[in-house]
Amino acid sequence: MGKRSFSHWLYVAPALLILAFFLVYPAVHTIVLSFGDKTGEVFGGLSNYRFIFTNRGMQIALRNNLLWVVVFTAVTVGLGLAMAVLLDRVKYERVAKAIIFLPMAISFVGSGIIWKFIYAFRPASVGQIGLLNAIVVGLGGEPIGWLIERPWINNFALIFVGIWIWTGFCMVVLSATYKGIPKSLLESARLDGANEWQVFWRITFPLMRSTIAVAATMMLITVLKIFDIVYVMTNGNFGTEVIANRMYKEMFQFKNFGRASAIAVVLLLAIIPVMLFNLKRFREQEAVR
Amino acid sequence: MSSRIVRILTRSPLHVVIIAICLLWMLPSLGLLISSFRPAVDVTSTGWWSVFQTPLRFTQFTVANYVEVITDQGMGRAFVNSLFITIPATILPILVAAYAAYAFAWMDFRGRNVLFIIIVGLLVVPLQMTLIPILRVFNRLGLSGTYLGIWLAHTGYGLPFAIYLFRNYFGGLPRDLFESARIDGASRMKVFLRIVLPLSVPAIASVAIFQFLWVWNDLLVALIYLGGTEDVAPMTLQVSNLAGYLGQDWHLLTAAAFVSMALPLAVFFALQRFFVRGILAGSVKG
Repeated sequence: MGKRSFSHWLYVAPALLILAFFLVYPAVHTIVLSFGDKTGEVFGGLSNYRFIFTNRGMQIALRNNLLWVVVFTAVTVGLGLAMAVLLDRVKYERVAKAIIFLPMAISFVGSGIIWKFIYAFRPASVGQIGLLNAIVVGLGGEPIGWLIERPWINNFALIFVGIWIWTGFCMVVLSATYKGIPKSLLESARLDGANEWQVFWRITFPLMRSTIAVAATMMLITVLKIFDIVYVMTNGNFGTEVIANRMYKEMFQFKNFGRASAIAVVLLLAIIPVMLFNLKRFREQEAVR
Repeated sequence: MSSRIVRILTRSPLHVVIIAICLLWMLPSLGLLISSFRPAVDVTSTGWWSVFQTPLRFTQFTVANYVEVITDQGMGRAFVNSLFITIPATILPILVAAYAAYAFAWMDFRGRNVLFIIIVGLLVVPLQMTLIPILRVFNRLGLSGTYLGIWLAHTGYGLPFAIYLFRNYFGGLPRDLFESARIDGASRMKVFLRIVLPLSVPAIASVAIFQFLWVWNDLLVALIYLGGTEDVAPMTLQVSNLAGYLGQDWHLLTAAAFVSMALPLAVFFALQRFFVRGILAGSVKG
């Protein structure tokens, strides 16, 4: 399709116009504000950026986000892929998929409530209304402050809520591609004597690589922006702060628009390596098809 | 007969793993469901699993929470409003994104990759940062408080993901399809409508599910761009007014959570049948 024509612009123009207004314009606005003082009103040079990388609270948020990035991304994509492949083999696939997908459909207020019920903590002398502590006490242990014990227990408790919500997303996206692999391809490998493990790693995985990359990219972006879980469950207390929650606080609580903008710009910059990886991947896809 | 038993036995680890994960995943939702049928006092005083100690004592359950949520003034209107917001805000981004993704995947033009990377990069722009600048322009254009405004806004926020997923899926379609269509003299538009779209049904179904879900469950965008008036408010807004946003009326919130997730779940079930094997069969190089 190398002939000179401009019709491709007709295909992309509606998307570009809408994106330019709803996302590019606010992004530029944000970048400008980030170089202001903490409220963004007068020029402040790099003061907001200096704050981000020297403030103790921000450093905790950056550290926690790193933990989120590694654990959340690996588990949601890995488990989503496992479910997409394994559920294809059972008769109750639709029901099982609906169960894994269900948490995505619950509004975040709803999931916040239910996880508070699961992690609820009361002193040993009174009855537990949290499921986990009821189990711990039932087994003869001391109740644990799941959302209070820092830094590992409470951060992992929050990350698990994220995994619970987003695994269904990865499963659906990956399943759409898995279903696109012709069954004959898998069958012929099996007839040639390959076991299921080999079929997966030699055929399924290579064919699904680009969708796995899409799911992983989406999860990375989601986790960089992760906000509502932390906001509802701990609001960043007890050392569970994450970057986006901090941004929200700076913006709506303290009205520090400059600082909030700088945090948003850092998020934008953090995604660049992921985008470069995607670019490389698309070039490869084009080379082989 | 015996071969069947062997098969069941060799496959049992598979079922055990799947069922264990499903149970783990269901547990929180089950708690939410049970809580939604319990009186307000019980919800905050004992754990929801305590109903299993006396599972047959039906007096411990009540539908009062649901009655209160559903019969609340304006909930019917809010349901219609939600539909009126969500349906166009799901279809519009799919259309716009599919056209763009087709160009990004199969047309050669300058700046294509750079543009595409910028679009995907826009996924990371926090929604909260866009609200104030957009609202200012909306006010000037008279778009705030209108359905058109919120349809366009949700289209904007949904486009990067939709374009990204479509471009990846379209790009994976085999080149032969396009070459043979070109030899037959089909125009680009014809190739798009007759080949690309029908073969991409699973990808379209997944974008439709998520976009529907996000718009349906959205509170923030509706609150900012539509305003809180009852004649335009969607269900999320109505529910939060009813229960006090993040308020302590947990018994109402649990019931409301189930009422509002019913439709997205129905959409999920309905679209699941498009996740079918073999849509590309015969068109992929082996």
